[in-house]
Amino acid sequence: MSFTQHSTADNGVNVEALLGAKAALTDAPPAGQFTWQAACSWVRGTHSRTTIQKFFGLGAEQSHKQVSVLDTDHPEIFASEDNGITPPEMVLVGLAGCLTAGIASVATHRGITLKSVTSTVEADMDLAGILGIDADVRNGFGGIRVRYTIDADATPDEIKAVVAQSQKRSAVYDIIANPTNITVEVV
Amino acid sequence: MQTTTVVIIGAGQAGLAMSRCLTERSIDHVLLERGRTANSWRTERWDSLRLLTPNWLSRLPGWQYRGSDPDGYMTGTEVINFLADYERAIAAPVITDTTVTAVEHVADGYRVVTDNGPWNCRAVVVASGAASNPHVPALAGRLPHHIAQLTSLDYRNPAQLDDGPVLVVGASASGVQIADELARSGRPVTLAVGEHVRLPRTYRGRDIHGWMDAVGYLDERYDAVDDITRARRLPSLQLIGSASRRNIDLNELRRSGVSFVGRLAGLTDREAQFSGSLANVCAAADLKQTRLLDAIDAHIAAGRVDDATRDTIAERPEPTSLPTPPTTIGLGAFATVVWATGFRPSYPWLDSSLLDRKGAIRHDGGIMDAAGMYVLGLPFGRRRKSSFIDGVGPDARELSAHLAEHLDAMARPALRLSPLRVASV
Repeated sequence: MSFTQHSTADNGVNVEALLGAKAALTDAPPAGQFTWQAACSWVRGTHSRTTIQKFFGLGAEQSHKQVSVLDTDHPEIFASEDNGITPPEMVLVGLAGCLTAGIASVATHRGITLKSVTSTVEADMDLAGILGIDADVRNGFGGIRVRYTIDADATPDEIKAVVAQSQKRSAVYDIIANPTNITVEVV
Repeated sequence: MQTTTVVIIGAGQAGLAMSRCLTERSIDHVLLERGRTANSWRTERWDSLRLLTPNWLSRLPGWQYRGSDPDGYMTGTEVINFLADYERAIAAPVITDTTVTAVEHVADGYRVVTDNGPWNCRAVVVASGAASNPHVPALAGRLPHHIAQLTSLDYRNPAQLDDGPVLVVGASASGVQIADELARSGRPVTLAVGEHVRLPRTYRGRDIHGWMDAVGYLDERYDAVDDITRARRLPSLQLIGSASRRNIDLNELRRSGVSFVGRLAGLTDREAQFSGSLANVCAAADLKQTRLLDAIDAHIAAGRVDDATRDTIAERPEPTSLPTPPTTIGLGAFATVVWATGFRPSYPWLDSSLLDRKGAIRHDGGIMDAAGMYVLGLPFGRRRKSSFIDGVGPDARELSAHLAEHLDAMARPALRLSPLRVASV
């Protein structure tokens, strides 16, 4: 495989395993069907607690090695108790984490050693949407801006190409940028 | 310079109803009409369109349907004739082919400027209609040139379109009717569905509008609903007027071969993107339909109907059932896009101080911010039925009473006690 000639970079990403998974799942597509799960429980007011541990993939139930408990709430200026970040901010966590993981993977694959990767994510929201003030204003973000500062042994254009490829292969980028069918049931 | 007491802008159902009410009060007035009476029905409606309300539900001040088919639905030509007959019967002083270009505040009233010269008057009634300016989403500008575009106001019949596949955007009355007609013409049709209002054409043997009238739903007042802004934005009902009184909900369209996607959310160079909210908007429409039908059942159970109606079976429509839709479709898949995305207000001839930041007239049940200015015939103006032929009459009566009071107050010399008057509202 071509990566062997470039893969001199150690960013802590096991590129060999990723490429192995790609080869294995190309031959056995059903194993690539994953289902992610979150279990959410209302606490009080706008405070909810979501627990994440299990998921499905490679044809079987899987589990993270630890349980993650994530609190979401709203800040005090919303007359809430601020027991956690807001759900829209949680989306920013997902976007930043996904793009950055992608940058590390792609950079490693391209033999680029990363010294530091930092980013800020900003998302604009007009509350006239969720408060029902103006039906022409959407509830969600009006726009999202991500700014990366990357120190790596590569040219600026090579770094930009890594960031571009990371967006192209990012699950959360796709989830935000493109529509998804959602069904919400009451059982 | 010509002078009258009241200028009514527009000679459709609203303007004519106001004319009749002013005549009853011997208030001198004219109606300025950009075309002819019922102009939008003459020039801005597709060929097969019929009224959504049954013929008997067309009561105007001093006028009603007198034909032989009270349960039928008027064709466009019949609506034009119905309103033209009303105009003659009430001797409405309509001045045709006169377009208003400005309404200016002057001492003692208003100057209404037109392309046929100005009119001075003491009061103005805006009755120019709610469905004149089609709203097309901004992203329409990004459609490639090989795709033809038209609005529901431009649409006349299927022959106007290329034979190729059509994307109809919007699933209210116009969108579902146009999608249905195009699918029946043999064209592949995809319908983009956002929030909509589903109702059966008939329920327990009666027209659904007849029921909404009977249970008092259409009479709900603007000052008695929780959120009037939302109520005024409610999409038109998924209904069609036809001899067979057929339904035209999404299940029926599916049987006619129409495909469905969610609300049009975006356009890229290559594809159209549709919201993943189709399941939710359909479930919400089914729940709202159930609430209205429950209210009808309660009305029947309370004994406010005849025996034959009480003995009917409460047969409920099937829940909406659509396949899981795609969320993107390549733009090569469509030859034509029909925008059935509603209407937006446009009053370039009114002073901006009279409008809200969206360009709609600011008013309290039709009474505008400027003394002596009124607006009539808009959705939920004073009651839920305000924009219907059958609903504009009560609004015209109330606003004409308010207008008469205003004229009286103007005529009263200042600093003199007015004689006792009996309120006439």
